[in-house]
Amino acid sequence: MTEERGVEPPGGSRGVAPLGQQGQGPVTEERGVEPSGVPGVVPRASTAECPSKLASVIDTTAVEICDLVKRYGHTTAVDGLSLRAGRGAVTAVLGPNGAGKTTTIEICEGYRRPDAGRVTVLGLDPVADARALHPRVGVMLQSGGIPPAVRPGEYLGVLARFHAHPLDPVWLLDRLGLTASARTPVRRLSGGQQQRVSLAAAVIGRPELVFLDEPTSGLDPQARHATWDLITGLRASGASVILTTHHMDEAEHLADHVAIVDHGKLVAEGTPAELTGTAGQVRFRAEPGLDIEGLLAALPVGSAAKESPAGHYLVEVHNRVDPRLVAAVTAWCAEHGVLAQELRIESRTLEDVFLELTGRELRS
Amino acid sequence: MSQAPMAEAVDWPAPAPGAAPMAKMIMAQAGLEARTLVRNGEQLLLTLIIPVLLLTAFSLDDLVKVGSGERARVNFLVPGVIALAVLSTAFTSQAIATGFERRYGVLKRLGSTPLSRTGLIGAKTVTVVGVELAQVVILVGVGLALGWRPHGGPGAAAWVALLVLSGTAAFSGLALLLAGTMRAEATLALANLVYLVLLGIGGIIFPLTKFPAAARPVLTLLPSGALSDGLHRVLQHGAGLPVRDVAVLIVWAAVGIALAARLFRWE
Repeated sequence: MTEERGVEPPGGSRGVAPLGQQGQGPVTEERGVEPSGVPGVVPRASTAECPSKLASVIDTTAVEICDLVKRYGHTTAVDGLSLRAGRGAVTAVLGPNGAGKTTTIEICEGYRRPDAGRVTVLGLDPVADARALHPRVGVMLQSGGIPPAVRPGEYLGVLARFHAHPLDPVWLLDRLGLTASARTPVRRLSGGQQQRVSLAAAVIGRPELVFLDEPTSGLDPQARHATWDLITGLRASGASVILTTHHMDEAEHLADHVAIVDHGKLVAEGTPAELTGTAGQVRFRAEPGLDIEGLLAALPVGSAAKESPAGHYLVEVHNRVDPRLVAAVTAWCAEHGVLAQELRIESRTLEDVFLELTGRELRS
Repeated sequence: MSQAPMAEAVDWPAPAPGAAPMAKMIMAQAGLEARTLVRNGEQLLLTLIIPVLLLTAFSLDDLVKVGSGERARVNFLVPGVIALAVLSTAFTSQAIATGFERRYGVLKRLGSTPLSRTGLIGAKTVTVVGVELAQVVILVGVGLALGWRPHGGPGAAAWVALLVLSGTAAFSGLALLLAGTMRAEATLALANLVYLVLLGIGGIIFPLTKFPAAARPVLTLLPSGALSDGLHRVLQHGAGLPVRDVAVLIVWAAVGIALAARLFRWE
C-alpha cells in the first residue's frame, strides 16, 4: 500500500467516485459537511445555533463544540471544528494522527483553553466550572498519568476515595483482567495492562461522561475486547462516552455516532451505517494493468472500478452486491484470460470512507 | 452497526458521580505519597539514613571541633540535623518527586479528578509534615541515646515547631518552584546539589562560627542557615523565639510560594 500513501497526490485515490451523480450515493467529500438534506446524515448545528439554545437539545447533549480553534505557534491543530455528542451515547472521534483529536478532547477536559469558539460539557464550561465537572467526568489520557511506582490496586483504592459512590476497585480490576497484576508496580506492567489501569481510573468514580483518548492503542485482541465490553457496558448503564480512535473497526463496533476529523476540521459525521452507506464492493487481485475502461463497460450502469495499488482491483456499486455483478466481473475476467484471485464481496468500511474523504489512509 | 450490549456487560453500575469530602481526598492522596516515599530507597536514604548517620558519626568522634564539654558535639548536632531533615524532605525529596510526577503526567491526570490543585498542595503538605514528624522522633531518639540534653524551657517545643513549619514552607515553595519550571532530570540534579551545598554552609555539621565573620550574616539569610541558627539558639543555647530567623524563613516562604504559584507548569 506504500505507493498509495506517499506517491499519489492527495485526493488521488478518490478516483473510484463518481458512482453516478444521484447524490444518494456513498460518501462524497460534501457529505456530512452539508447542514442538512443529505439523507442519513445528522444535520449539524449551523454557526447561528451553536451553542444550542433549545432546551431539548441541551438536555440531550453531553458535549457541544462550536467553531473551535486551537493554534500552537504557527500550527493550527483545531480549525473551526463543530460537533455535538449526545447523552447516553458513544461518540467516536475518528481521524489520523495529528488530526487534532487529542487537542479537542483536552479542551473538553479543561486542560487547554480554545483560541476561538466554545465548548460546553454537560452544559458547563470546562475551565470555569471545573470544580463542578471533575466529579462527573472520567478522563483517560492518551498516555501516562499513573505514578510508575504505584500498584494498580492501591492506585484505584486512592482514586475511589476521591469519589462519593465509587466502584469497588477489586471488582473493577477483575472486570479488566488485572486481578493478577493488582500488586505489581505499574512500571512493570505491559503497555496494554497500563492502558487498562488508566481506563479503570477513568471510570472508578462512576462518572456520567467519560473521555477516552485512544483507549485501545497498543492493546492485544483480548485486552481490546475487555475494553470494548467495558465501553458497551458503560453505554448500557446510561453513561455518555467520547472516545478518539484511529481504528475504524472500533468506531464501527462501538459508536452510535462517528465524527471523522482531519486537519482539525470535521469532514463527516453520522452513524457508522450512515457514513458507510449501502454501497457494496467486489475486490480481487490480478496482474497489474488490466483495462479498467473495458471492465467498466461490461458492468451494470452506475458501477465504478479502479486499480489501487497496482494489481488490486475494486469494483463498487451503490447498493448491495448482487450475483449479476459478480457474474459480470468474473465473465469479463474469463473473456480476457484473467484469473481473479482473492475475490471478495464486502461492504464499505469507515476506512474506505475516510480514504475517499481525505485521500489518505487512516492509519498513516 | 452498533452492537447490542454484550450480555455480561449489561450489569455495569449506573453512573453515580460525586466528590468525596475534601479532607478524605487529601488524606487518601497523602497516604499514597507517603507510601511511595517509604518504598523509594533513594528518598529514604536522603530523608532518614544520611541524617541519622551524620548525627551518629559526628557525635561519636571529634570530626569537627564544636567546642569543649562532654556533650558539646551531640548538643550541636541534633538541632542541625533536624534542620537537615527539613531540608531533605520539604526541599530535595519533594522537588524530585514532584518533578517526576510532572514528567509522568501524574499531576496532569490528578488535575481532572475531584482533588483540586489546592487539595493536591494540601496532600503534599500533609505528607511532608508527617514525614518530618517521623524524622524528628527518630533523630531525637537517636540524639537522646547519644547523650543529647536539650536546653530551653517549656516554650522551646513551640519555638521549634514554629521554626520547622516556617522552614518547611520556605523549602516547599522553592521545591515547587524548581519542580514546576525545570525538566525532571535538571530538578533531580539541582535538588541534590543544593542539598549538598546547604549541608556544607547551612550550619548543620560545620558551625557557622567556623566561617569568616563577614560571611556569617549572609549565611543566616539563607533558609538552611536561618533554620539551623534558630534551632541552635533555642535547643543549644536555651534562647527564646529567634525572631530574625523566623522572619527570614517567612520571607523565603512568601517569595518562593508566590513565584511557584506564578510559574508552575502542570505539564
